[in-house]
Amino acid sequence: MTTSQIDPALLDLARRGLTGERRAIARLITFVENRSPAAPALMHELTPHTGRAHVIGITGAPGSGKSTLTNELIKEYRRQDKTVGVVAVDPTSTLTGGAVLGDRIRMLENYQDAGVFIRSMATRGQLGGLAAMTNDVVRVLDACGKDIIIVETVGVGQDEVDVAKAAHTTILVEVPGMGDDIQAIKAGVLEIADLLVINKADREGVEKLDLYLKAMLNLAPRKPWRVPILKTIAAQGAGIPELTRKIDEHLAFLKSSGEYEKRERARLRDELLSRVREEISRRILRRELQAGGLAELVNQLENRQLDLNEAALQLLAQTRL
Amino acid sequence: MSQQSAPTAGDQGQNQPEMVSENFRERPIRVLIAKPGLDGHDRGAKVVTRGLRDAGMEVIYTGLHQTPEMIVEAALQEDVDAIGLSILSGAHNVLFPRIMKLLKENQMEDVLVFAGGIIPPEEEPQIRALGIGAVFGPGTTIEDTANFIRQNVRPDAGLASGETSGGSETWVDAGDKGQ
Repeated sequence: MTTSQIDPALLDLARRGLTGERRAIARLITFVENRSPAAPALMHELTPHTGRAHVIGITGAPGSGKSTLTNELIKEYRRQDKTVGVVAVDPTSTLTGGAVLGDRIRMLENYQDAGVFIRSMATRGQLGGLAAMTNDVVRVLDACGKDIIIVETVGVGQDEVDVAKAAHTTILVEVPGMGDDIQAIKAGVLEIADLLVINKADREGVEKLDLYLKAMLNLAPRKPWRVPILKTIAAQGAGIPELTRKIDEHLAFLKSSGEYEKRERARLRDELLSRVREEISRRILRRELQAGGLAELVNQLENRQLDLNEAALQLLAQTRL
Repeated sequence: MSQQSAPTAGDQGQNQPEMVSENFRERPIRVLIAKPGLDGHDRGAKVVTRGLRDAGMEVIYTGLHQTPEMIVEAALQEDVDAIGLSILSGAHNVLFPRIMKLLKENQMEDVLVFAGGIIPPEEEPQIRALGIGAVFGPGTTIEDTANFIRQNVRPDAGLASGETSGGSETWVDAGDKGQ
């Protein structure tokens, strides 16, 4: 696809986004988030301009203070004269498909600052998954010149781990007294966190949680990057400069150790493969839904004439992929 | 995007199938529920927020005490299809015109605006004259509100306004034929 083939209006939209125009950025995100037919052309235009931002993932249980922490990080980074993009993810109701997106409520102080762009996103349960959608939205913000991009996630499930993988630096937020020790063992995110933050550190139980997290980290296989544990009281802004220093340190470590390129390659490989998976299932579904072959196979599954493997192989054979 | 460009998308569809979600046309309507001004009660706004969520919409709620600037900036960044303004304080005649003016300044006239709360019925005509689509007083059902939004948002609910208006349906159809 060359630039000349792209609709001039879309090209113009992409160019305005690249100059940082907020309305254009908002619209670009809408296209990408909805997997609009125009999205591939837009991503083609934007991709050469990506790869400059430092992507920070923030995850943790609901109520741990992720949004408030994000708000404090925005303020600190603005003090450092860096532009900030935020993608705040909230869950879609599986029953109705609707969602309440309320993270923005904690980030209202920054509304008059052209250097900050905040976008709320629902998980939706799209084909290709939340991670694919989030990565594309991050790319838009990256291309449109944001120095720091913070992805704030819901805090539960495998999607979280995937989204966190897309970040250069992943922060897990914990709060004292939020549950027994076993919760931290169960959480897959603990394994991929680059920084642990004990937020609401003025509460009872900080030392216990700190001790516990240290013990968990000591049990994990030794890695060159020692995961630090930081204490913040986000609602009062306490501990935030220290946190951004550690985030910077982590980025410096990634770059000096060669880990940055390694992660980038691994991530792109994962993304490519999942995009291919998405495309394959889309084509199969489209063809089969039109031809009616899918319904017939489901019938045979229902009658126990076929097992799942046989049906899947037949479907693949029929579509000649 | 102009109508003429649709064939391009179709041609593209043949050589290079585009990666589009099948449920593309069923994507949720995005609504901002905002509380302009100084009144301190948002029970109603929260009920509407929850109700519209249950009606399948993505609802951004920004809390109490919002200035017109905050509301319009949030609507802009979130690229919402509709804005619901809830007001109980009686300051609507000051705040609504400012909000509508800011929307216009940001070329966001295609965003549907509706109001709710305590607004004297005799003032409705002048509020609607500002470009506000409806005024929902106490007793309005969520269903009525949701239906009003569905019927009155920009037809493609956000994928083609202004500079890119006109053809998302055409693209999808063209793409489908391309397969």
